[in-house]
Parts: sequence; C-alpha cells; structure tokens
Amino acid sequence: MPEAQQGTELVFLGLTFNPEVLGLWLQAVLTFAIFSFLWGDNRVYKFAEHVFVGISAGYGAVIVWQQAVLLLLVFKLWPQLSAKADVTADHWVIIPGILGLLMLTRFMPKYDWLSRYPIAFTVGLYAGTGIPRIVPAYLLRQMGATMKPLVPGADVGWWVAVSSLVVLVGVICTLTYFYFSRPHEGALGVSSKIGIWFLMVAFGAGFGNTVMARISLLIGRVEFLLYDWLPVWWPGAGL
Amino acid sequence: MRDIFSRLQEIDRRWLYLLIFAAVVIPFLTGLKLPAGVASPATTDIYDYIDGLAPGSVILISVDYSPASMAELEPMAKAVVRHAFTCGHRVIAMALFPEGAMMVNRVLDEVAPEMNKTYATDYVNAGFKPGSVAVILGMGKDIIGVFEDTDAEGNALSNMPVMAGVKNYDDIDLMIDFAAGNIPFAWITYACEQYELKVGVGVTAVMATDLYPFWKSGQLVGVINGLKGAAEYEDLIQVPGDGMLGMSSQSIAHALIIFFVILGNIGYFLARRRP
Repeated sequence: MPEAQQGTELVFLGLTFNPEVLGLWLQAVLTFAIFSFLWGDNRVYKFAEHVFVGISAGYGAVIVWQQAVLLLLVFKLWPQLSAKADVTADHWVIIPGILGLLMLTRFMPKYDWLSRYPIAFTVGLYAGTGIPRIVPAYLLRQMGATMKPLVPGADVGWWVAVSSLVVLVGVICTLTYFYFSRPHEGALGVSSKIGIWFLMVAFGAGFGNTVMARISLLIGRVEFLLYDWLPVWWPGAGL
Repeated sequence: MRDIFSRLQEIDRRWLYLLIFAAVVIPFLTGLKLPAGVASPATTDIYDYIDGLAPGSVILISVDYSPASMAELEPMAKAVVRHAFTCGHRVIAMALFPEGAMMVNRVLDEVAPEMNKTYATDYVNAGFKPGSVAVILGMGKDIIGVFEDTDAEGNALSNMPVMAGVKNYDDIDLMIDFAAGNIPFAWITYACEQYELKVGVGVTAVMATDLYPFWKSGQLVGVINGLKGAAEYEDLIQVPGDGMLGMSSQSIAHALIIFFVILGNIGYFLARRRP
C-alpha cells in the first residue's frame, strides 16, 4: 500500500475517503483535463483551467492578506491583536495603508483619479531606486564583459581569446543591425547581415531552451502519473 | 517523394503529440537510461562555490516559483539544499512569490529529515514576504527586521541558532534564487550591485538564455538551467533524483523534435521548388 494511503480518513455523505488518495485522484483528473486541450478546446479543459486560476488567485490573496495586510499594517497599528502585544504601535504605516486603499478606487469610476497618487509614488520609488543600479548592472558590467583580451598570452588561453572575439564581433554586428540612421549598404550592410546571424543563433538557443522547458513540464506530469497516481489506481503496477 | 512530404505537411498535429508523449513515457516504462552528458560550467560553478565554503557558512535560498514550474525547479532546489546540508552549511529559506511559501516547505520537508537536519538550528523557513525589491533592499540592512522577526510559522527568528551572527548580506555567503519569473533580475540589480552579495540562480530553461550573460560577466556565480541543470547537479552530488530520472525522456523527445524540424524544412523547401 503506498504511503499516501495511510493518512487520516475523511467521511463525506456516508462515504469514507483518504484525503491524500483523494488529492492524488484530483491531481490526475485535472492533469488529464488539461491534456484534453491537445485534442481540442473543450469544457473539461476550461473547467480545469478556471480551477487552476481560481485556486492560484485565492491562495495568493490569502498569503498576501496574512503576510502583508495583517503583518505589515493591522498588527503594526494594533499590536494587541497580534502575539507581540508588548510592542508599541507604529502609526507611520498609516501612510502606505492609505496609499494602498487609494489603489482600490480603480473600481469606482468617479474617484479612480485618486489611484494615480499611489501609482505615481510606486513609479517614482522604483525609478529612483532602480535607475542608479540598473545602469551599472545592465549596461556597464555587460559592456565590460565584451572587452576581454583578444590576444592569447600567458593569462589568456586560445579558447578564451576566440570566445572574446566572437562576443565582441557579435555585439558590434548586432548593434549595427539596429542602427537605422543610414541605409544598410556596404560595410554596414555586411555587418548588419552578420548581426542577423547572431540574432538567429540567439533565437535558436532561446527556442531550444523553451522546448526543453515544455518537455520538462510534461515529464513532471508523466512522473506524477506513473510514480504517484498509478500505484494508487493499480497497486501492482509500481514502477 | 514530394507527395510524401506534402502528405506529411498535412498530417494531423495530434499524431505528433502522441509521438512526443510516447517518447517521454517509453523510457520510464522500459527503464531506458541514456547518458546525461557532462555538467555545464554554469552548473559546476555553483557546485564548486558551495563546496568551497567553510562548514557553517550561511546560504540564503529564495524559492520564487509556483506549482506550474515545480517540475523544472524543485529537483534542482532539492539537490542544492542537499549539497548545502552535506557540506554542513546553514540554510535560510524564503520566498518573494506567494506560492513560493508552500514550495519551500516541499523542498525542506523532504530533504532536511533525510539529512538529519534540525529546524531552527540547521535551517529555517522565513516564509513569503511581499514587495520583492523593497525586501531585497531591506535585507541588505537588516534581514531579521525585514521578516518582522518571525519565520513562516510565527516563531522568533532572533532566538534561532541558525540565525546566529546573521545581520545582513555581509553575513550571507551565497544566495541562490530558484525562480520562474523576473525576480533573479531584481537580485542582480539590487543585492549584487548595491551590496555585492554573491548570487547564483536556478531557473526555468526559458529564462536561462537571458541570465547567461550575467554569469559570463561575473555578476552571477552560476546558472542552473532547467531540468538538465538539475540532472547535472544531482550527478555532481551523486544523489540521483527527479532531474536524472527525466533526462532519458528529455533526450528522446529532443531527438524526435529535431527530426520533425529537419523533416518540416525538407518538406518546405521541396514544396517551394514545386512548379
């Protein structure tokens, strides 16, 4: 008997269920319901899709309520409601609390202009904290990584030198492909064509990885069906 | 010959789905094992870094994926945590993704008992914290403060031996983000750039190509790429898991897709040449 069948039993309408076995069956049925989309769009698939979206949203809402609204707002304003009754109230959290409530005015057309204030605050905050760090992280350090030694020597092996050259040529040629102020003719035309090839290789690598990701998800479901669900459904079929 | 390719181009795509499904299932049913290949340098770099840390070092892991990406990311998270425990490191787990809170438990609840590790002494689950960038920046100053001095179950973090001497990023030896979204970029931008925290990532294969440049530039310690990366890590620590289990299916399915791509291209060019 699989381990999953050893849990506490659940009685519903006079029928006895093992919650873990019931969970495995639910997972299996929903997996097949989602796979039914491969045959064509259908109501069973739609139902499973809505269940997934609903549960994800519901779970997320509960977690955010517990971890953000209660912990960061309610318990800070009224510590006596929490386990830390000896902590003094922090009234500064009223400001983000009000900004958060103003976001809800999006649902009231007459007052939805008020939601611009928290949005402006958020955009300003993230732009202010982000820009000084994004420039070095995304631009300067990446530019530095393209400026590696191109000549083999004591510290630079042949392979490293060739790799550095490929990166440098790739960056320059790809950038010239996106230079639109002059017609792509002559040297610029050759460079932009090489740039297209580099882009193609990058897209190919991206597509290959995407295929791998999707197959991995299918493998995960197949593993579940064969190793978790099948032994419950067919006890002698343990793989 | 052209007629064959013409017919193939009109084939019902559901036959292709069936072939892919068979390619994935058959290795499981037959026990077929194909070699997974040599571990890539991006994976090995994370393994070597963890291996090189002194026992008792602190590794922060952020589990930022939902059940939708579990098949790809959970095997690598388990492998890395298993490796950290084997080396005697402390593990502080957290989540910046709401569903990550339960994903953390799945990893720790399986690996910690296997390795005889004790909660609060060897590892802790600080739980989910909303506001990713604000949390990352705040942790640079006061990790326990950001988590309101409570773990996922409401226990005081400051009383736990695992948190002894851990104030901010200066006390974290390595951070690894297991993610299916954009959160690794926030770690790179804020934790790496501002606080010089050593960061590695374990990501879905879709995201990996976007993150390799940050590894090559030295901003990331390493990149574990999808199920293949998980299999590589399991191979490095010599503990086979779900990653290695699926690699034969992965290889056969990839070979089949390459065959389809070649076949489709031949058909396309033959059709173009048709008068």
